[in-house]
Parts: sequence; C-alpha cells; structure tokens
Amino acid sequence: MGAYLIRRLLLMALTLFGMSVLIFVMLRLVPGDIADILTNASGISDPKEKAKIAHELGIDQPILLQYGKWIGGLARGDLGYAYVSEQPALDEILPRIPISGKLAGMALFFAVLFGVPLGVISAVRQNTRLDYALRVVSLSGLSLPSFWLGLLVLMASVQWFGMIPIYDADRHGFWANISMLGLPAMTVGFRSSALIMRLTRSSMLEVLRQDYIRTARSKGASILAVNFKHALRNALLPVVTVIGIEAAFLVGGLIVTETVFNIPGVARFLVEAILWRDYPIVQNLVMLIAVVVVSVNFLVDMAYMALDPRIKFAD
Amino acid sequence: MRLRMAFAAVSLAVLVTAASPSFAQKAGGTLRISHRENPPSASIHEEATISVVSTFMGVFNNLVVFDPKEKVNSADHIVPDLADSWAWDATKTKLTFKLHPGVKWHDGKPFTAKDVKCTFDAVDGADDKSELVRKSPRKIWYQNVKDIVVNGDLEVTFELKRPQGSLLSMLASGYSPIYACHANGREMRTKPIGTGPFKITEFKRNEVIKFVKNPDYFKKGKPYLDAIEWKIVPNRSTRMLGFQSGQFDMTFDSDVSFPMLKDVKAQKPDAVCEARPTAVSSNILINRDAAPFNNADVRRAMVDTIDVKAFSDILSQGHNLDGAAMLPPPYGKWGMPKEMLATLPGHAADVEKSRAEGRKIMEKLGYSADKPLKIKIATRNIAIYRDPAVILIDQLKKVYIEGDLEPIDSSVWYNKIAKKDYQLGMNLTGVAVDDPDVNFYENYYSTSERNYTGYNNPEVDKLIDAQSAESDVDKRKKLVWEIEKKLAEDVARPVIGYNVDNTCWDPKVKGLNLQVNSIYNGWRFEDVWLDK
Repeated sequence: MGAYLIRRLLLMALTLFGMSVLIFVMLRLVPGDIADILTNASGISDPKEKAKIAHELGIDQPILLQYGKWIGGLARGDLGYAYVSEQPALDEILPRIPISGKLAGMALFFAVLFGVPLGVISAVRQNTRLDYALRVVSLSGLSLPSFWLGLLVLMASVQWFGMIPIYDADRHGFWANISMLGLPAMTVGFRSSALIMRLTRSSMLEVLRQDYIRTARSKGASILAVNFKHALRNALLPVVTVIGIEAAFLVGGLIVTETVFNIPGVARFLVEAILWRDYPIVQNLVMLIAVVVVSVNFLVDMAYMALDPRIKFAD
Repeated sequence: MRLRMAFAAVSLAVLVTAASPSFAQKAGGTLRISHRENPPSASIHEEATISVVSTFMGVFNNLVVFDPKEKVNSADHIVPDLADSWAWDATKTKLTFKLHPGVKWHDGKPFTAKDVKCTFDAVDGADDKSELVRKSPRKIWYQNVKDIVVNGDLEVTFELKRPQGSLLSMLASGYSPIYACHANGREMRTKPIGTGPFKITEFKRNEVIKFVKNPDYFKKGKPYLDAIEWKIVPNRSTRMLGFQSGQFDMTFDSDVSFPMLKDVKAQKPDAVCEARPTAVSSNILINRDAAPFNNADVRRAMVDTIDVKAFSDILSQGHNLDGAAMLPPPYGKWGMPKEMLATLPGHAADVEKSRAEGRKIMEKLGYSADKPLKIKIATRNIAIYRDPAVILIDQLKKVYIEGDLEPIDSSVWYNKIAKKDYQLGMNLTGVAVDDPDVNFYENYYSTSERNYTGYNNPEVDKLIDAQSAESDVDKRKKLVWEIEKKLAEDVARPVIGYNVDNTCWDPKVKGLNLQVNSIYNGWRFEDVWLDK
C-alpha cells in the first residue's frame, strides 16, 4: 500500500511536470502575445511601442529562461505579475478560487443530491410513467446547452421575482451565497445530475438483477434496505468514477455559467486571460486545474477501496 | 419608413433641445451602470475605446471641455475646465491657457502647469516621459505642437508650427485628460489619480469598478452623486435583464440595438432611451499595393456594387446613416450634404445602374459570372465586424467578385493589416471628435500610424493641411467636402455607414446629456443626479 502511494505520488509529479511544459509551450504557439494585444486594443501596431511593452514584461527573453523563471517562482510561491491588471497573479487568482469553488461544490452537491436518488427511483420503477418522465428530464439535462438554460433561468427570474441573481462580493454568509449562487449552481449542475441519474439507473438495473438481491428479498429485507443498502452500494462504483470526472469537467461548464450569471469566478477569468495572452494567469491557473484533476483522480481511486473492500492495491 | 421618419423627428427634436437642468438637483446616491467588458486599462491616453473613456473620464479634467449641456460638440461650445480662460496670439500659433488656482490631485498634491506639459510630452512619446504613457494612439493629434511652454504654475502656452484652430477641440475631447506628472504609468493604468469629480476606489477585473465623490473637487457643489458603480457584465442579454429588473440605473453606452429596444421598452416601459450615432463607421480596407486591388478599375468596380441602404436595413433596421469620410448632417458638423453624397461612388441612389457599370469594368478585365475574381475578405472575428463582411461578400457577387470570409483573431488584426497581409478588410473606425483634423490626420494622412491602408495621395495631404489651417468655417467646410470627394473617388476607404444605437436609463437619472456627434465625450458625470 505504501509503495503504491509513493508510486502514485511520483506519477502525479511527473504528470504535473509534463503539463507545465505543455501549457508553457502551447500558450506561446498561439498567434499574438500581450504586446500585440495591448497595441491592437489601441488600434495601432507600432513595433517600437510593442518592443517596449515586450521588454517591460520580459516576454522578449529566451523561452527557456522564461520557463525557468516561472517554475522557480512557482517553487517559491511567487506566481509573477498579471500582464493586464499589473497586480500580483496570486492576488488576482486567490479571491476568485473560493467563488468558483463554492459554485462547483454547490453544483456537484445538487447533481449528486438529485442524480443518485432519482436514478435509483427510475431503475426501481423501470418502464413506469415515473421512469419515462425522469428519463425525459435526464435527456433534457444532457441536451440543453448551459448558456441557453442559464438565459431561460434569468428571464424567468426577472419575470417572477423582478430581479436576477447578480454576484456581489460584499454580501457574505450562507443565505447570501445560496441566493447569489443557488440558481447558477442548479443550472450548471443540471447536466451533471442528468448524467449521474442515467448512470445510476443503468448501474442499478444491472445490480438489481443479481442473485444476491433476490436472496436479500427472499430473506425478507425491506425494499429500502434492498435498494439502498444492498443494490446502491454495489451500483455506486461507476457512478463515483463519473462524479470524479464530472468534478473536473465542471470547470468547463462553469465558464459559460459564470459568464451568463456574471459571476467573477476563476473559470471566466481564465478564458479572459487566454484571450489577452496573460501568460502568468493562464499558466498558473491551468496548473492549478491540473493539480485539482490529478488529485481528484487520486481520491477517486482511494474511494474505490472504501466502497469495495475486494479492491486492494498491490505493494 | 414611418418608423425611420419618427426616429429622425425625435432625434432632431433632441438635437435642438439642450438638456436644461430644470429641476433642483438632489445630492447623493450611487449610479449603477452595466459595463460591457473589462476595460484594457484605466489610462485614457493609452487606449482607444469607449470602454475606457466613458468609465474613467470622471476621474480627470481637461484644460477645456465640450459644453456638457450641449448636444453637439463643436468649437463654438467649448467651456473652461482646468483652464479658466484661453487666448490665441496674433499669429494664431500660440495658445495660452490661464489655469484655475488651488486645484488638487486626488492625492492632495497641487496641480500646476507642469502637469499639462508633462501630459502632452508623454502623449507625444518624449523619452523622459515614456513611463507615464507607454503607448499613444493619438500622438498624431499633436504633431503640429512645436513646444509647450510653462509660464509659472498657472499659465501654459502651446506653441504650434502653423495655425490650427482644431487644437482646442482636440483638447476638449474626453481623450485629452491632464495626467499627474508625479504619477507613474502603472498607477495610471490601474488606479489613476486625477483632479476630477470622482476618485477611483476599486478596479476589480471581471467584477466592478467603483468611484466615490471627490469632496475636494474644485467646482464647488459638484458632483451630485455620492458614487458610481460600473458592474462588468460581458453578456449583453444579462446586462439587459439587469437593467430591466432595476439592478442597473443605466445601460452601457449604445448597448441597446434596435431589435433589443422593443424588449427593453416592453419590460421596462418607463425607461428613457435615446438613439444617436455612435461615431463609428463601418468601412472597407483595401490593400492597394497588391493584386487585384492595385488596379484602380477593380477598386472602382468593387465600390460600384455597394448598396449602403441594404447594409443599413439588415444591420440596424434602416437606422444607420449614409455618409462619406465625415459623420453626415444633421448630427455631424462637417459631413457633406445628402445631394452631394449621392454623386459619390458607393453612395449611388440607383444601385442597379451602378452595378451594371461595375460589371462592365470587370468584363473588360476578363471576369464574368462563370469566371469570377476570387478574393479573401479579412475581418476581426467579432459579430459586429463579421456581419457587414458577410453582406459585402453577397454584394460583391453582383460584379463577379467571389469573396471568402477570413475571420482574424483580434489579437493579430492590426498586425495583419500593417503587414499588408490582406486583400479586402472589413473594419470599424470610431472618431473621437467630430472635427476633420481628427478624422483626416488619423485615418487618411500619409504618415499616420492609423492610416491602415497606407493611402498616400500628396494632393489629399496638402488639402488636409490646408483645411486644418483654415479659420473660416465655410471655407474649411468646402475644403473638407473636396477631400471627402477625393477620398471616395480614390476608393481610399469606402464608408458603408455610420452606426446608430440606443442608450437607456431609468427616469430617476437626471442631468445626463448624451452628445450626438461623438460618443467619446461628455462622460464626466459631474452634472448627473438621482431623483429619488
């Protein structure tokens, strides 16, 4: 077990190193840099002014030196300065992480809260009206684009409540978060809940046909105990895998939702930084996302062990 | 047609009715406005977008300013700002400003004549001031300034190489604020200090830009507002919903297109909405240095097919304005009359006849419907650029030119144009001041950095210099029309229309006076107040 963990951690480090090289190189392969964009934004293309900006920001230095500076800075906890805002990158990134974190957490919570139980119900009531209705809901969740759903939710909000949930950094507390992030979280979580619902349903259907379920029923176990204790626990393995993957994919979904609901989170910030070729922001944020994804994968593997005692990792 | 006539009537009524403050202004309150994007920076001198000038103009003062109570920006309506008075010398080459005493920067330091010199030296790219302004898109405005001489703390003189009356108009623009000499560039781009009615307190990208009243503002009793809050909302639908639900007091300038206006009025019937030209023209960039448009006949055939009315109908339900190089009347002060405009290539009333002539030219050059001239039309990959480009492609087919759309990432658009790596380009050009000097020197003068096509006609350069030095308005107008005619005949940069859009606000917002011949001026907000 110990050797396995060390192997996994080393693999994680290697993956992150590969990611850092990939991010760094790919960013510089994209046409145009911040000096181009800043001068273009002013409607000019003066090579002298461009060179001045490039020199000021250090993007005229050899690429290896730039990479070395970035990684060296990362090791010291210095993420450099954002090119556009001219503020320390850390100060720009840090306040946005909790916003997206809360949104993603709430979305995932919503997705699991609705996805798993409704998937179970759909499986247990297979081919009934309720099952058909839930399948339509899950299909629409998978097929409705987030931006469209987001706009519908906003329009309905104006129509019924006379307001839209606009994020306000000065509002704090549980209920403030619910009122500002609840609707966006449901919008972004709807797709994930649909996916989880469908997967739970198919996984449950498979498990419900197993001999040990029949045995449990014949022993007189209650319906709840059969469905949720015996069947669901065994059906959850693939669902947990998908939840892990969805957690990573949520970042993509957040971009649209943060834009439509105007939430100043990290996902929208990342897209904007890419458009501006704000290397310090993009590099560090993508690295952060890579760390999160790699860590979530690691945690999912650990969750397998907890859920299925038969799974053991060889030392 | 009736709708357009009603629009024209309302617009004219607005034009002649100056927004007179007939109410007693109430002090206090926060004005909440939606902002369409993250401004690239807060440094007005470094940027060329309404996103910066409308947001940050309230931080600064100019030497002089276009009268905020007038609807039309003109040299006759310039009022004091940091300068109490000004006077030309007898040769009309020295313009001296007497500055207002006792003005302080937001950090408490005194404002002096040195700050004025410092600002325009930095704009001109002086090496010792390069730190204050690192890029300067309007350098050409001040190419005629020989020197700026400081006479004590409260007097400054602009010495010109030759007479140029328009200098005062350029100094009155929202793009000509006075910077603090003791500030540095980073400060001016992120948290600028000025002498203006509002101090910046927060500039959070993707979130909000906040200003509070400057209690030490030198214009006593102003501003009326306690604060202004610009919420950055990149999605236009969300911005509109926010306005309709009362979460914003005002939309971003010209943010409401005509199709959207119906929705806004339906959801918020009490909204006050005003349509006006955005001072932004859609125009065609032509690479005259390479085939096929190095041939004057191909250029002429290309312009013969343009149907400006079709552009206007499709893009703005017929509200966009037809004009040549200058914004057309009644909004524009200098544009040529309608009947003269109709004689210019690309503005013909009988488009079919004009297209037949274009086809004849192309047939002579060996092209036909079966053997069209194949070209690429480059444009920025943004809807407001792409849409007119697509219409142009359709119209070019009528003269045997088959265009392929080439959408270009904004980050490399001007690089591509500067390298002449295009054949035709669809472009948008905003003009900060409705004055021929600003437009002609920026966009058509042979040595200008923003003369993207590299159009170079010594005769036109001479005419531009001549109109610039002319002090008689009528004589200058005639020269301006001559230049417009020459530019159209040379197919320098065919203009296909001037955009018109709407700005809306809640009826409680008072004292706001949108100026109709430039969206880049009049954003000081010092006369705005909330009636609640």
